[in-house]
Amino acid sequence: MIGWLRALFHPLPLAGEGRGREGAAVPPSPRPSPASGTGSEGKQLALVIDLNVCVGCHACVTSCKEWNTFGAAGPLADENAYGANPTGTFFNRVQTYEAGVFPDTDTIHFPKSCLHCEDPPCVPVCPTGASYKRKSDGIVLVDYDKCIGCKYCAWACPYGAREIDEARQVMTKCTLCVDRIDNPTLAPGDRQPACVKACPTGARLFGDVKDPESEVARAIRERGGYPLMPEWETRPANQYLPRRVTGAVGAAPRETRELGARSPEPWSAGTPGR
Amino acid sequence: MNPALSVVVFTTAAGAAQGLVVALAVAVLAGMPIADRSLSNALLVATVLLVGGLVSSFFHLGRPARAWRAAAMWRTSWLSREAIVLPAFIACNALWWIALQRAPAFARAPLLPLAAIALAGLLWFCTAMIYACLRFIEEWAQPLTVVNFVLLGLSSGLVLASALAVLAGEGLALRAAVPAALLATVVAGAARAAALRRNAAIRHRSTLQTATGIRAARLVQTSMGMSAGSFNTREFFHRASRAAIARIKLAAIGLSFVVPALVLGLVWAGALPPLACTLALLVQLPGLIADRWLFFAQAKHPQNLYYQVVS
Repeated sequence: MIGWLRALFHPLPLAGEGRGREGAAVPPSPRPSPASGTGSEGKQLALVIDLNVCVGCHACVTSCKEWNTFGAAGPLADENAYGANPTGTFFNRVQTYEAGVFPDTDTIHFPKSCLHCEDPPCVPVCPTGASYKRKSDGIVLVDYDKCIGCKYCAWACPYGAREIDEARQVMTKCTLCVDRIDNPTLAPGDRQPACVKACPTGARLFGDVKDPESEVARAIRERGGYPLMPEWETRPANQYLPRRVTGAVGAAPRETRELGARSPEPWSAGTPGR
Repeated sequence: MNPALSVVVFTTAAGAAQGLVVALAVAVLAGMPIADRSLSNALLVATVLLVGGLVSSFFHLGRPARAWRAAAMWRTSWLSREAIVLPAFIACNALWWIALQRAPAFARAPLLPLAAIALAGLLWFCTAMIYACLRFIEEWAQPLTVVNFVLLGLSSGLVLASALAVLAGEGLALRAAVPAALLATVVAGAARAAALRRNAAIRHRSTLQTATGIRAARLVQTSMGMSAGSFNTREFFHRASRAAIARIKLAAIGLSFVVPALVLGLVWAGALPPLACTLALLVQLPGLIADRWLFFAQAKHPQNLYYQVVS
């Protein structure tokens, strides 16, 4: 009750003012985030995705779907699967971006799933408590038996990481394969998310980002891991390792690209891309 | 965002009911001589609107049978708080209506009208904060969101009260309701125009660069990772053309504020018969629906950055 009263009188955030006016597009700095810090806050499992080596094969997408549709999070609906416009529930997508100006362009494949934020905005808004962050390892989960399908958590996620399952009408999302990583019937080497197991190039690292000695914490620390949309202070646990542009062998080093410019295309609330 | 008709109808109907109940409560507190019958009929209208809105809101749920669970997380969720306050408000109105039938003296005492005003205000605040608390939907995360929910509710509620007063033949109440409705409509229109102006000027903090962390001046998506869309493309894009949005905006402002204010002004000045208040009501209803649709459609969710190109 006290918290509610405090919220009543708490001034509303005016996110659009001030900082947004001048340099909204300053990209995240490549320094490690607090998530890779001292480990004083307990355990936080997460993925670290290496954009240097992702080749955009979608093996993580299909293996995620395959495991989870049969696993504890499933079944994941497919609609019109063999028609002209197939659609369905996925916890993981691989997108593709082109950076730079021809001929100096990079094609960057960008896997995207729930980031298991340390301050997840999707959790406090849930009216039923179906959405929660597991205390033992920081994984953000949905209790499908409590979810009423109001979609408010999806509105509250700036990353679009949640998808409602059209058949079951409950909210679904990446679970970091909780039914694999804790599964005593699997061989120890298999107790990791399906996407990590499937990645042929090793672009997906999995572990406790709060443990400074873990592979993921080291990767974030040593290779410039960064969170997505740092401007909203959600403290994503998943981080990305930036593309490192290297010149051809024996060639002169390429110029460092200009950093932090605004995207020229305005983005739309109207129509998704076609 | 893709406006959900269920939520548009619910928030519009409930807002008008709240405004009407506040108008009735203020009238009773001021000691206005309104017949018990007129008062209970008006309360019935408000309750029907609220229950209709509640039913409509169930259509937004994927699992409506579990809706009772929504009361659980009132400590953190504005949606949960709304789910508690709305039934409480309906119950308060029902109690007031019953009191009017059984114990008119109690119904005229300050307790029930004051409770009704408090619950109506709380409900406006909860409903608006559902949207205003989402800090990265910058069209919503502003104090004007709360102000607009309150003022649009008061305006539509007072217009409804004027129309009901005409139909019930409550001359004295009508003489108070018409200028109040006029004032609320003008102020609500001004506040809504201010919100639209502010939203048109927003430069969003999130860009494709912050969304992906790819540090390049030119960065374009070449594939969103699927060919035929997903929940992300269905829920967060309204798919209306710019021309359609412009027409809807014009209709929303004209029908919600300009025309009703003109009609009410002419009624107040005596140039139109009081029965024209019903015209104001009939014009404002589709206007408010269009305006609430626009409220949702205008909100640009940052997740849309990730869904710009199919290939």
